[in-house]
Amino acid sequence: MEIKMLDLTKIFVSKDKKEVHAVDHVDLTIPSGKLIGLLGPSGCGKSTTLYLIAGLLKQNQGQIFFGEDEVSDMPPEKRGIGLVFQNYALYPHMTVRENILFPLENLKIEKTEAKERTIEMAQLVGLGEMLDRKPKELSGGQQQRVAIARALVKKPRVLLLDEPLSNLDARLRLQTREEIKRIQRETGITTVFVTHDQEEAMSISDEIVVMKDGVIQQMGEPQEVYDFPINMFVAQFLGSPQINIFNGEIKDKKIYANGMMIGKSKLPDQPIKIGIRPEGFIVDKEKQSEFKFEIDLVETIGRDTTLIIEVPGNEGSLLDKLTFKAIVDASEHIKAGDWVHFNIKPDKMHLFNLEGKLLK
Amino acid sequence: METKNNLRAWLYLAPMLLLMAVFTFYPLFNAFVISFYKDYLPLANDGAGSITGYTIANYGVIFKNQLFWQSLKNTFVLALVSVPLSIIISLLISVALKSIPKLKGFFQTVFFLPYVTNGIAVGMAFAVMFHRDYGLFNLVLSWFGITALDWIGGTASWWAQMGALMIFTIWESLAFKILVFTSGLQNIDKQYYDAAKIDHATKWTIFKRITVPLLSPLILYISITSMIGALKAYNSVIGLFGERLGAQPYSMITIVAFVYKYRSDFSFQGFYSYAASAAIILFFITLLFSVIQTVVSKKRIHY
Repeated sequence: MEIKMLDLTKIFVSKDKKEVHAVDHVDLTIPSGKLIGLLGPSGCGKSTTLYLIAGLLKQNQGQIFFGEDEVSDMPPEKRGIGLVFQNYALYPHMTVRENILFPLENLKIEKTEAKERTIEMAQLVGLGEMLDRKPKELSGGQQQRVAIARALVKKPRVLLLDEPLSNLDARLRLQTREEIKRIQRETGITTVFVTHDQEEAMSISDEIVVMKDGVIQQMGEPQEVYDFPINMFVAQFLGSPQINIFNGEIKDKKIYANGMMIGKSKLPDQPIKIGIRPEGFIVDKEKQSEFKFEIDLVETIGRDTTLIIEVPGNEGSLLDKLTFKAIVDASEHIKAGDWVHFNIKPDKMHLFNLEGKLLK
Repeated sequence: METKNNLRAWLYLAPMLLLMAVFTFYPLFNAFVISFYKDYLPLANDGAGSITGYTIANYGVIFKNQLFWQSLKNTFVLALVSVPLSIIISLLISVALKSIPKLKGFFQTVFFLPYVTNGIAVGMAFAVMFHRDYGLFNLVLSWFGITALDWIGGTASWWAQMGALMIFTIWESLAFKILVFTSGLQNIDKQYYDAAKIDHATKWTIFKRITVPLLSPLILYISITSMIGALKAYNSVIGLFGERLGAQPYSMITIVAFVYKYRSDFSFQGFYSYAASAAIILFFITLLFSVIQTVVSKKRIHY
C-alpha cells in the first residue's frame, strides 16, 4: 500500500506559547511494499511523522493517503496500521499468545482462525515455542518480535516501527535488524521505520528519507543518498566516520582547500565548503600533490588505518582546531608526525556553497 | 559491619516498635487473655480486678446472644455489598476523571472532601437527607413517582435501613479509593492505551483488559483495607441512627457496636470478658477475610 503525504504539517505549542513546526509542509510518497527508513537527528520530526501516519497525532494541515484512500481524519483503529512502539508496549499481564491474539479478539475474528493466525505469526517471528510466556520472561529482542507479530497479525496495510532497535544491545541489534528485513520481505508489507542511527537505516532500508527540522532533506536508496548528498547536512549525517568539511574556494577553475589546490572545477569563482569522505583520500607516494598534512595520530584497526589530522580552526570559530579523518590502507605504514600528500577521489568529494547547498 | 547495621536499624525502629508494643501488641494479647477470664470484674480490689479462674464459656455466651448474630448479619451484608460496589464506582469515577484533564483537579477536590469531613457529622447530615417527610432522597424518589420510603424512622424496614447505611458507607469510602485509583491510573504508561487503540480495542475492552489488570495490585490493596474498614463499621451507624443503633433499637448493630455495648456495661460481672471474646471473634473474621482475598486474588493479580 502506497503512503502519500501532501503538505503535511504538525505544530506543537510549547508552554511559553512558542510554536514548533515538528513537521513542516512535508510532501512524501512511500512506495508500496518497500522498507523505508525515516532518518534524522532527535527532534527532527521523524517520530511525529510516524505518529501522524498512525493517526495517534492529528495534523494541523495537509493530507495522508493510503493508496487511493484518504485517511487524514480517520482514527488510528480505522486506518489499518500496525505500530511497534519504541519500548514495545506489550501488555505485561498477558502471555505472548494473548498479546498477539488481542487485536484479533477485538476485530471479532472467528476463534479457531484467530488461534491459527496467532501461531502462524509467532512462527514467522520465530517465537513458536514461547507462546505461553509473559513479556518479562523474554529478552529485549524477543519482546521486539512479539510486538512485530502483534502488529502484523491483523494484516495491516502498513507497518510502522518507532526506533525499533534502540532498546537492544549491539549484538541483538544486528540480529534483529536482519530479522525485521526478513519479516518485511516475507510479508511484503509497506514498512516505515524511524531511527536516528544512520548505519541502521542504511543497512536495512530499501530507501531512506533524511529529515531535519521537520523538513525532508532527501529521499532515495541509501547508497545513492550517501554518494550524492544534496546538501551538507545530509552529507554530514550519513557516514561514519563523518565526512570532513574543509573551508575552501574556487579560483580560476581550480579548487583550493585550506589554501591548497586539490582539483579543478568549471564553477565560477566563489568561497565554498568542501566535503571529503574519509575513504576519499589516496596517499600520493610521489609527493606530487599540493594537498599535504602533518599527521597527528594514527589508529590502525584491522585492514584500515585512520589518520587523524588537526589543523588550526577558523578565526572566531568555537573550536581552535579542526579534526579531519582519512581512512587509508593499513599497508601504507604511516607514523604520527609524517607529512603525507593526498590525492582526492573525485566521487568522494562534494562541493557546497556557504549555505550548505550542493554545487553542481 | 552487619551487626552494627542491624543495631542501627533496630534503633530507628525502636520508637515505633515501642508505641506498637504498648498500644497494639499488648492490648491484643491482653484482650485474648481477658476473653478467657471467668467472672471478671475489672474495678474490684481497688482497680486490680478480680477473676475466679479461666473459661471458654465467654465465647458460648456470645454465640448464644441473639444480638451477636444480628450484628454479624448486619456487618457481613454491609461489608460484602458496600466494598465491591464502592470499588467499582470509584474505579469508574477515576477513569472518567482521567478523560477530563481540565476539570480533573476540581473534581478530585470535590470527591476528596468526604475524607476530611467528620463521619459522625456527615452521618447526621445524611440522617436529615433520609428523613421520610423532609429528606432529599424521598424528594428525588417522588420525582419518579415512587412513594415516600421510611429509611431510618421508627417504621423503617431492615432493608430500608441497610440501604441507607449502605449509601452512606459507600459515599463516605469513595474519597480515598478515588484518590488511590487516580494516582494508580497516572502510573499506567500511555503507550498501552495507544497500542490498545491501534489494536481496535473499544473503551470497555480497554477498561476490562488493560486498565483493571494493570491496576489489580492497587485494587487488591484497596479491597483488603476497605473490607477491614467495613468489618469495623461503627461510626456510620452512630452517625446515622444515633445511640439506638438502628431505627428500632439495635436493628443496625454491627460487631464493633456489639463489642462496645458490652464494654460500656463493664461493671456487670463478666461483661468485659464478653466484649473481649467478641473482639477476638471479629479479629479472626477479619483475618479470614484478608486471607481469602489474598489467596483468591493471587491468580488474578499482575504485579
